[in-house]
Amino acid sequence: MTAASEVIQHKHIDDVSPARRVGIGTTEILIALLIFFVFAVGTSADTLTRFVMTPGGIDQGTMRDLIFPSRLTLLVLAGIVLAIGLFQLVKGFGRRTNLMVGVAALCFIMAFLVWQASGMSLNLAGMLSSAVLLAVPITLGAFSGILAERCGIINIAIEGMMLMGSMTAAIVGSLTQNVWLGLLGGILSSVLLALILGVLSIKYKVNQTISGTVINIFSAGMTAFISQKFLQTIPALNRPNMFTRVPLPLLADIPLLGPILFNQNIFVYLMFAILIVLQLALFQTRWGLRLRSVGEHPKAADTLGINVIKTRYMGILLSGVVAGIGGAFFTLGSVGRFDEGMTAGKGFIGLAAMIFGNWMPLGSLGAGLLFGFADAIGSKLSLLGSIIPPQFMAMAPYLITMIVLAGFIGKGQAPAAEGEAYEKE
Amino acid sequence: MTEEKKDLGQEFLNEVHETEPEAEKSKGSFLSKATIPLLAILTGLIIGALLIAITSPTVWAAFGNSIPKGFSQAWTEIITSYKALFTGSLGDPARMIQSLGSGDAQEIRRAFNPFLESLVQATPYIFAGLAVALGFRSGLFNIGVEGQLFIGAACATFVGYSITGLPAWLHMPLAFLAGAAGGAFWAFIPGFLKAKTGGHEVINTIMMNWIAFRLTEWLLSGPMTRPDSGGLPLSPIIQKTAMIPQFFEKPIRFHAGFFIALLAAYLVWWLLFKTTWGLNLRTVGTNPRAARYAGLDTGKSIIIGMTLSGALAGMAGAVQILAVNHSMALGLSSGYGFDSIALALIGNNHPLGVVLSSLLFGTLRNGATRMMVVSSIPIDIVDVIQAIILMFVAAPAIIRSIYRLRKPKQEEQQVFLSGWGGQS
Repeated sequence: MTAASEVIQHKHIDDVSPARRVGIGTTEILIALLIFFVFAVGTSADTLTRFVMTPGGIDQGTMRDLIFPSRLTLLVLAGIVLAIGLFQLVKGFGRRTNLMVGVAALCFIMAFLVWQASGMSLNLAGMLSSAVLLAVPITLGAFSGILAERCGIINIAIEGMMLMGSMTAAIVGSLTQNVWLGLLGGILSSVLLALILGVLSIKYKVNQTISGTVINIFSAGMTAFISQKFLQTIPALNRPNMFTRVPLPLLADIPLLGPILFNQNIFVYLMFAILIVLQLALFQTRWGLRLRSVGEHPKAADTLGINVIKTRYMGILLSGVVAGIGGAFFTLGSVGRFDEGMTAGKGFIGLAAMIFGNWMPLGSLGAGLLFGFADAIGSKLSLLGSIIPPQFMAMAPYLITMIVLAGFIGKGQAPAAEGEAYEKE
Repeated sequence: MTEEKKDLGQEFLNEVHETEPEAEKSKGSFLSKATIPLLAILTGLIIGALLIAITSPTVWAAFGNSIPKGFSQAWTEIITSYKALFTGSLGDPARMIQSLGSGDAQEIRRAFNPFLESLVQATPYIFAGLAVALGFRSGLFNIGVEGQLFIGAACATFVGYSITGLPAWLHMPLAFLAGAAGGAFWAFIPGFLKAKTGGHEVINTIMMNWIAFRLTEWLLSGPMTRPDSGGLPLSPIIQKTAMIPQFFEKPIRFHAGFFIALLAAYLVWWLLFKTTWGLNLRTVGTNPRAARYAGLDTGKSIIIGMTLSGALAGMAGAVQILAVNHSMALGLSSGYGFDSIALALIGNNHPLGVVLSSLLFGTLRNGATRMMVVSSIPIDIVDVIQAIILMFVAAPAIIRSIYRLRKPKQEEQQVFLSGWGGQS
C-alpha cells in the first residue's frame, strides 16, 4: 500500500518550465498594457461607473450600489496585472501559477466591465448570479471528467451524456410532473450511456476517445430523433416543472454573497455538495486513494489487490451520475424545456475546466466559475449596447478555453495511466 | 526513471519495428477486411429497423390489440420505411426500366435522379471523411471538420460573389482553393497549438467549431449579408463564373464536384502511401515516440497533418457552395463534420474506404429525406444508425461474437490518439 500511495501523493507540479513562465508573464504584461492603453486612456477622468450590487427581483441580502471613478479603477487594475506579470516573468509563482493567471484574468474581466459600463450602470450582482448558474453544467462536467479520469478513463462523452440527461429529465419531469423524478430520469439515462462507454473502453478496449465519440454521435442523433418524433408533436412531453430558487435561511441574507450563492436553485447547492464530497472522498479516504492509484498505475494497484476493472466501472458510472445531474440542469434548472443540441459544447468546456483545474475538484470549480462568468458577460453586455457584436461576445468562453489549454496544461499532471485499457497478465 | 533508461535501446528497436508501414499490405484480401464493416452496417440497419418499430405509436396500438398483429404491423412499417429509404436514394427499379423503354430523355433523368442525388449528397461526405481520415492517419483527431467546413464555405462564397469579371476557368478554381485555404487556416490553429503547447486537438477543434459558427453568423448578418435579405443571415449569390457546373437541367443537381472529390481521394491515397511526406505523417501517427527517435520533426508533422485535413474540410464546404447552394446560409451543413468521423473509421481511414462509406451514407441520408416524407421518421435516425455502426466497427469483438466469427490472427490496427498530455 505504501508504495502506491507514495507515488501518488508526491505527484505535485513543483515547477513551471522557464519558457512557460516567460510566456505567461509576457502575456500578463501585455494584458496590463491593453487595460492601460485601450481601456484607461480612452476614458475621461471624471466618468463614473455604477455597479448594482443586488440581482434584480431579489429582496434578501440587498446591498447599496457601488459608484466609483472609471479611470482610476482601470489604472489600479492595470497596475495589479502588471505586478503579477512582472513577478511571473522574473521569479515565477511556481505551483500558484494557474491561480495567479486566474487572478489576472479576473482583473482583466473586471477592467473590461468597468470600461464597458463607464458612464452607465451595470448590474454586477445579477451578472455574478447568472455566472454561478451558468457555471453549473461546466463545473459538473468537470467533476464528471475528474471521476472518470482519476481512474484512468478519458471521458469525452460528457457532452453526449448531458444531452441525453437533459432530454430524459425533461420527458420524465413532464410525464410525472415531479422535478425530482425528472432529475432521477436524467441521471439514469446518463448512467446508461456511461455503462456503454465503460463496456466499450474497459471490456472491448476500444480507444477511449473513439468510444466517447460513439456516445456523442448516438446521443445527438437519438435526442434529435425523439425530439422531432415526439416532443414536437406532443408538447405535453416537453413541459416539465422547474426547480425554483430556494433561499437558504440566514445565509441568503448575507449582502452580495447571499443572493449570488445562497439564493439559487438546487443545482447550485448540488454543485457545492458534490465539490465537498468529491474533494474529501478523493483525497482523504481509502476509496479515493484506490481510485487514484488505478488511474496512475493500474498494474501496481492490481498487485496490491485492488480490482482495477471494478474500480474503473465504478468511476465511469459515477462520472455518468454527475454528468446526468449536469444535463438535467439544462431542462429543469435553466430553460424549462428541451431543445435540440442545447448543451452547446458545455461538456467539452467542462473537460477544459477540469484540465485548467489540474484534475482537482476545487480548481475545476474555479475554472468553471471563470467560464460561467465569461458566458454571463456575453449575454449581459449585449443589453448594454456594447460596440462589440454579440456573436463575438458569445465566442468568449470558447476562446478562453483554448487559451487556457494552450497556456496551462503542464506536463505530468494528468493521471498517468489515463487512456490506456488495462490488460491483466 | 532509471528503469526507463535501461531499456531505451531495446524499446527503440521494438518501436521502430512496430511501425513498419509495409506490414499493412500483407493484411489479407479486401473481402476479409470488409467483413466487419459490412456486418456492422447490416447490424446497424437492423437496429435502426427496431428503433422504427419501437418508436411507432401505431405498432404499440397493434400490440395492444394482439401480439401477432403487433408483429405484423411492425413488419409492415419497417418494410414501408426501408422501401422508401432505398427507392428514395437509389431510385425505383420499375420506373427506371420503364423510362429506359420509353426513351424519353426527361423521364430517364427523373427516374435516375434519386441515384444521382445520392452522389450529390455523398460529395461533401467524401471530402469531410478524407479530412478526418488524413487526421487519424497522422495521429490527430480532427473533430473540427464542421467548423473548418463553415470557414471554407465562407471563404469560397466571398471569393465567389465579390470578384467579378474573371473567366470561369480561373474564378471557379480560385473560389474552390479559397475554401480549401480557409479550412486549412482554421485547422492550422489547433495544429499549431498542439505542436507548440500540447493543447489537445479534440477540445481545441471543438472550440474552433463554435467560434466558426458564431463568426459565420456574424459574417452573414454583417459584412457578407445579402442586401435584400431583410436581416436574415444569408450571403449574396455567387457569380455564374464561380459555379461548379451541374450536368443536367434542374431539378437534377449532379455536378462536377463529385469527380473532384474522387480526384481528391486519389491524391490523398497517393500522398499517404506513395510519398515520403505521407510516410512521415503515418509514422508520427502510429508511433510518435519512435518517430521522434528516428529524427522526424513530430511538431511539423502535426501541423502539416492538421492543415491538410482542414484544407479537405474546407473543400467540403466550398463544393457545397459552388456546386449546390450557390449562396451561404447558416443551415449549410447537416452535420457533415461529425458524420465524417464515423465515415472515416468505417472506411478504416483509407481513401477508398472513405469513398465507399461516403457513398453509403450519402445514399442513406438522401433516402432518409424520402423516408421522412413517407413514414414521418425523423432524418436523425441516420445519426443513430451511424453511431451504432461506428461502435461495432470500433469494437469488432462485439460483431464477431454476434456472428460467431473467428478471431483474426493479427490484431486489428487501432488508431493512435494521444491523451491530454499532448505529444507523448
